[in-house]
Amino acid sequence: MEVLKGIIAKLHPLERKILPALSKEKELTALCASSGLDPTEATRALQWLANKQVLTIQSTATKVVVLDKNGVKYYQDGLPEKAFLKALSTNFQSLSAIASKSKLSADELTACIGLLKRKLAIEIRKDKELEIKLGPQGVKVLERPSLEELFLATQFPRSLESIQGEELLAFEELRKRKELLKIEEQKRVVVELTPLGKKLVLADLGGEVVNRLTPEMLKMGTWKQKNFRSYDVEINVPPVHGGRKHFDTEALEYIKRIWLDLGFVEMTGNYVQSAFWDLDALFVPQDHPAREMQDTFYLQGKAKLPKIWEKVKKVHEDGGNTGSKGWGYTFSKEETEQILLRTHTTVLSAQTLVGLKKENLPAKFFAVGKVFRNEALDWKHLFEFYQVEGIVVDPKANLKHLKGYLTQFYAKMGYSKVRMRPAHFPYTEPSLEVDVFHPLRKEWIELGGAGIFRPEVVIPLLGFDCPVLAWGQGMGRIITEYWKITDIRELYKNDVKQLREMKGWLR
Amino acid sequence: MPTITLNKTVFEKLVGKKLPLEQLKDRISMLGTDLEKIEGDEIHVEIFPNRPDMLSEAGFARAFSSFIGVKKGLRKYSIKKSNYLVIIDSSVEGIRPYTACAVVKSIQFDAEKIRQIIQIQEKLHVTYGRNRKKAAIGIYPLDKITFPVTFKADKPDRIKFWPLEAAQSMSATQIIEEHKAGKEYGHLLAGFPRYPYFIDAQQEILSMPPIINSHHTGRVTEETKGVFIECSGFDFEVLSRCLTMIATALADMGGELYSVELDYGKKKRITPNITPTTMKLDFDYINQRLGLNLTVKEIVKYLERMGYGYEKNMVLIPSYRADILHQVDLIEDIAIAYGYENFKEEIPRAGTIGQEAPLESFARKVREVLVGLRLLEVKNYHLMMKEELTVKMNSASGGIALKNAVGDYNHLRNSIIPSLLKTLAENQHQEYPLNLFEMGRVFEEGKNTETGVKEIDKLAIALCHEKVDFTEIRQVADVLISSLGLTLAVKEMTHPSFISGRVGEILVDKKKIGIIGEIHPAVLTNWKITTPVAVLELDVEKMWELVNK
Repeated sequence: MEVLKGIIAKLHPLERKILPALSKEKELTALCASSGLDPTEATRALQWLANKQVLTIQSTATKVVVLDKNGVKYYQDGLPEKAFLKALSTNFQSLSAIASKSKLSADELTACIGLLKRKLAIEIRKDKELEIKLGPQGVKVLERPSLEELFLATQFPRSLESIQGEELLAFEELRKRKELLKIEEQKRVVVELTPLGKKLVLADLGGEVVNRLTPEMLKMGTWKQKNFRSYDVEINVPPVHGGRKHFDTEALEYIKRIWLDLGFVEMTGNYVQSAFWDLDALFVPQDHPAREMQDTFYLQGKAKLPKIWEKVKKVHEDGGNTGSKGWGYTFSKEETEQILLRTHTTVLSAQTLVGLKKENLPAKFFAVGKVFRNEALDWKHLFEFYQVEGIVVDPKANLKHLKGYLTQFYAKMGYSKVRMRPAHFPYTEPSLEVDVFHPLRKEWIELGGAGIFRPEVVIPLLGFDCPVLAWGQGMGRIITEYWKITDIRELYKNDVKQLREMKGWLR
Repeated sequence: MPTITLNKTVFEKLVGKKLPLEQLKDRISMLGTDLEKIEGDEIHVEIFPNRPDMLSEAGFARAFSSFIGVKKGLRKYSIKKSNYLVIIDSSVEGIRPYTACAVVKSIQFDAEKIRQIIQIQEKLHVTYGRNRKKAAIGIYPLDKITFPVTFKADKPDRIKFWPLEAAQSMSATQIIEEHKAGKEYGHLLAGFPRYPYFIDAQQEILSMPPIINSHHTGRVTEETKGVFIECSGFDFEVLSRCLTMIATALADMGGELYSVELDYGKKKRITPNITPTTMKLDFDYINQRLGLNLTVKEIVKYLERMGYGYEKNMVLIPSYRADILHQVDLIEDIAIAYGYENFKEEIPRAGTIGQEAPLESFARKVREVLVGLRLLEVKNYHLMMKEELTVKMNSASGGIALKNAVGDYNHLRNSIIPSLLKTLAENQHQEYPLNLFEMGRVFEEGKNTETGVKEIDKLAIALCHEKVDFTEIRQVADVLISSLGLTLAVKEMTHPSFISGRVGEILVDKKKIGIIGEIHPAVLTNWKITTPVAVLELDVEKMWELVNK
């Protein structure tokens, strides 16, 4: 009884409609007729009831005869031979006259002539053209319904099996004719009530149940008298897609948040830069192998140089006022005027140092920005990617602080151990490589460079010497690692399915 | 970065101590070199470009041995006086004006030593010598040469000798045109009326730098017991240092160094010069930068670990070190000797106030509104193909060209709309609607900028589904603009990428801030997109200015 109650409470309106019909009918077409549902609705209702073990569905395929195009026409207008005979008289008439009287097509005329000749219903002679008059059996054939006519008057579709005896003869005859009959496979759906179903059919369904709560019911208070259908809340529902940020944006926003929380001011700037800002201001020697064409995207034209370029030139040449020997070459203006896509965000740090005042120290800056490398795309190289940059301009800053800031940052990124290794960059001294320990893979992963800016960088830009801690870290490794992406191109593939379904950055 | 291959047995002998494998690996990497791999008896190490003196077994072992505390301090080398003379003829002026030379004797070359000396020469050529442009090195068996040697220059067709790796004698012109080395390095002599060469007292040509040595005198073999070394180029200091790197490495391999007198006409010089340079240290500065409290004694100890000497309050810097420009370079070496692993992390208590860049923070808020409108953010590259920006968009203007891109993406985009169409084209099989947005930068020519390029932060939105139309994209624009407290108007315009009569400028306070409309079917067909698309593009910076007005 409890089972039955549960089922009744969850019945869908369609199920409620078909249930009464199930006490009388078993076959789908009959069920449709009896319940007033269309076949799609009825099929859905039956399927749900079958899911609830109320009934079983058996579907069998049977061969049925249905009327084809001409069949439908003759079903309404009668067979053409009747029209043909009606147009005849006991005198010969030309075929064209018969055609215009009977309104039959050339095909039909030909068919009728053959057929009626066999039945001796017409006589034919050939003069200038074909002439025809009623034959000895003509009137009889006209007046008496033929087997074919009788067959055609029955109800279609008819199962092939049900055609027997004289009907079979008529069927065979009509089948020869063009587009009159055809045989189709028909699915016949028959349901059988289970013992539970038999009880359900007899049970009281409890009057009207309501599918939806409407504003009307709420306004009028009629909801009080309604029974609400219970849903099957355990089944899945069709998917919908919300709006979202790109997963990479989520990670970058988190990274930015960390630096903001640590008291850093964000730096932004151009992607297109002069070699001056990207390289020379950072004391990268003009004949450094990394400056060669293949690593950097260059643009046409010559950049305008800021005033301090002459100071930088001097530092390159002989160290200027920095206490350095310099690179000992003649600085090339042409080289420094080249235009390129920035190869590191350190260019922003260089620009930030200009105009920073002593009284504003200590000052801390960061950037999360795109950088460019002239490489073809492959599974581990992108030609544009993000770098995380930071500088601390603090008269009291030292190497231990550098490790401190980076350790803080990586702890918040989920890596608790940070290691520094000696490295070399032309603009920092000491220079170091930063590794973090991967807790699952149990190995060190290399994330980028850091160091203290050389006086050759700081003095011309800032105007005085001061320790400037600096780092430029690649985030690709950490981001791909988080989402278990092995091909770095997947980050910016913009596959909508991936973007919709990717889990969020949940740190 | 250059990688050198060390023979482990030779290396250990030079170092003077055998370390367990794990410790060896750790120490190599903490010295400031990158251990690539150890394979049997071969150690592959990557050397940073500031330490060309470590590009040989001997040089690397020397640094390593000091670092682990076996042979510390300034390495002493003695140079015997000799009568070897090299005359530098004035004809090389303006072509390849300088050379620095040395003689090394009592060294029995075998296959292993020959491999080492070839490695030094090759690695120095590529790195410190900048592919022979800055410095070219020649090494010759001493017994084949009669001193004095002359360095001079002559017209190419008057120089004739049998170069290495050739079947017979060739003229300089032939060498440049036909010889493998000539083809590779000939550009370094291009445009000069005369080519430089070394020639001995017997009129035997030794070499034509920076191209090739002679067959007769230019190959070190297992019979060789002494060598003559020359470095030629444009900066005597550079050449002298380069020579010292090779000479000291050969001395470490067991050779005896002999001086060579260089007769520059008015000026005479003697090389190799192994006199250390000196530098004064500011101990407070060191401790301040490193955050340590090292005593003078400790600092001297660490300096010795890195191969320096310390006398009379001065640091003695070995002559082969090319990278000491400033005191900070010594500080790094002190830090390496102290051990990078021994620095404890520390965060100063000084308070600073964090601040997001205003435009970035504005963009973040805009993004939130768009996500609320159920738009999906995509991120495309700023670099696109020219065809994507022009032909496919039915448009003539097409971003800014790069000069040397290796891939097909060789233009900076001038609009985000092509990026969104590209994304739509690649996602046609997905569930609709495909409603996307992207925020990023576009590029235009800009007369008043440093680089001639103007960069603008923009936002573009594309709606794509069967029934999308102008009204729908306009609704999105209205929601966004009104969420900023602004009101927009649209003024009809024409644009080749849009359906005529269904495109307009977006105006706020009569200021043009963007474009909105339905994409032209011809453009959609170019992208092979079979569902209608309505888009808008807005200038984020202008929006921000209007918000602040």
